Amino acid sequence: MSTIGAAASSRDGAGGVVGPARLTWLHLKYQFLESVRVPIAVLGNLIFPALAMFFFVVPQEEVASDPVASTIAVASLSLFAICSASLFTYGLGVAEDRQQPFDPFLRSLPAGPAPRMIGRIVNGAIFSLFGVVPVVLIGWLFTAAAPSPVQLLAGVGTLLLVAVPFTLLGIGVGYSLSAKAALPVVQVILFPLAFAGGLFLPPQLFPSWLDGISMATPTRAGRDLVVQAVTGEAAYSGAWLVLLGWTVAFAALAGWAYRRDEGRRFR
Amino acid sequence: MTRSRVDHLPGVPDGVPVVAVEHVTKRFGDVTALEDVSLTVGAGELVGLLGPNGAGKSTLLSLVSGLRRPDAGTVRLLGRDPRDAAARVPLGMTPQETGLPPTLKVREVVDFVGRHYPDRVATGDLLEQFGIGDLAGRQTGSLSGGQKRRLAVALSLVGRPRVVLLDEPTTGLDVGARQALWAAIREYHAGGGTVLLTSHYLEEVQELAQRVVVVDQGRVRADDSLEEILAQVSLRRVVVHGDGPLDELPGVVRAERAGGPAGDVRFELYTPDADALVRELVTSGARFRGLEIRGASLEEAFEQMVGPAEEPAARAGGGAR
Repeated sequence: MSTIGAAASSRDGAGGVVGPARLTWLHLKYQFLESVRVPIAVLGNLIFPALAMFFFVVPQEEVASDPVASTIAVASLSLFAICSASLFTYGLGVAEDRQQPFDPFLRSLPAGPAPRMIGRIVNGAIFSLFGVVPVVLIGWLFTAAAPSPVQLLAGVGTLLLVAVPFTLLGIGVGYSLSAKAALPVVQVILFPLAFAGGLFLPPQLFPSWLDGISMATPTRAGRDLVVQAVTGEAAYSGAWLVLLGWTVAFAALAGWAYRRDEGRRFR
Repeated sequence: MTRSRVDHLPGVPDGVPVVAVEHVTKRFGDVTALEDVSLTVGAGELVGLLGPNGAGKSTLLSLVSGLRRPDAGTVRLLGRDPRDAAARVPLGMTPQETGLPPTLKVREVVDFVGRHYPDRVATGDLLEQFGIGDLAGRQTGSLSGGQKRRLAVALSLVGRPRVVLLDEPTTGLDVGARQALWAAIREYHAGGGTVLLTSHYLEEVQELAQRVVVVDQGRVRADDSLEEILAQVSLRRVVVHGDGPLDELPGVVRAERAGGPAGDVRFELYTPDADALVRELVTSGARFRGLEIRGASLEEAFEQMVGPAEEPAARAGGGAR
């Protein structure tokens, strides 16, 4: 019997390829399996945002007892959880993967960058959402936050959309830098962005010049859009446009970095 | 250099080689990994790529698999640029055994890789073929080195490739496992497949390859039939301690002296015929002890093949590596 062998000469193998949708699903599925079997990676995403809720929101009586303020706080911290998970999972995760010997093998398979990247993005969203669950639960149990089910659903949907540019940024960083360099770069990007975007302090407290800068950041645009979804408080007019612009820019960065990358760097 | 037969391939015009590397140069910073390398592999050839560590073998494979882009020159896989994903459908490759995702099960890794191809070998059949059917449900992290190697080679064949690149396919395997893998590679080749394999083991290339390409310091040093190459590298190494000018015995093509106490110099003698050399040694009447004979390792053979420039240093150097 001969199960292995070259493609039968009767078929035109040169033309056939597996469709992009099936490849994307394939990468999504196996990346998920790979990650979910490392419990600590999943737990890490759950614990940090939950602790942040207990340290920064629950003890502040004036925030925790105000339905709108606490809902906004929950929305901001959820977004922070998502930004942090996206940047760390991708910035660091991709950089680490590139140092694994399986990575060059995957790149030799007949699939371009898109299936892997989309797989990563969707997986990032899934694992980020795991991180949002405890934040929302704590907000519901220990604060006055009380969005309607529709608002909650809209908030989660918006969070997922807002996660896309951060995931792309993470991928861009991950493919540009080594794991050692990616870690500090991610931190340097994440915290100023989170602060300027009003995820730690409400932007209402910002002086007008800072508010102007803030509105140009993807974090602020994302925050206002999520807040709009959960409280009905209208986001500033350019928010979607700012988010879209950053998404395009970061997608270009991610694509460029992937194409330029040739696996591990030597010297 | 004689190009062997180029069979008709479906979807590819006649005469298009499976692998065509033309005047390729690749540098990493200051290091030139490949310099003006050309290599053409026709359909159905089984080519062994030999060379010491750092010779440029892996870099060459990474160019053929589209992983890297040459700084100069062109690389074509069945007439197409391997940097295009679709051009890699007819290509199979082994992952390095250490690189299998440890949390995935054997069956899952094969499914995952196999589903990239329009026409694939069923996972169960493939695993049976490689004698690892009973491991299908194990996570790859729990496999032994030999089992990982078999899985790695199996992965290269899952998509019914026209050409496979095997990078050190049996390194670290015991004899039985190596034989089984060789059988699989031969079967694939007998079915019309093209194979480009790298190895440290002369024996492996001797078993499998018809044509041998020797790469050293980023250049192709030899490209010929197996017989021709073997004639050049089939040296035996004879180690002996003694006090006479043993390196002047007839039949010695290269020798190294390692300084020892007076009257006890260690000689490393290279010869195509060890039996004849031992006869000469005995009949010469010279005093000797600690006679030791073995096949020259590939790396030693390479020194012989590519070493003329280093000839003066060879005698002075302290022999034992």
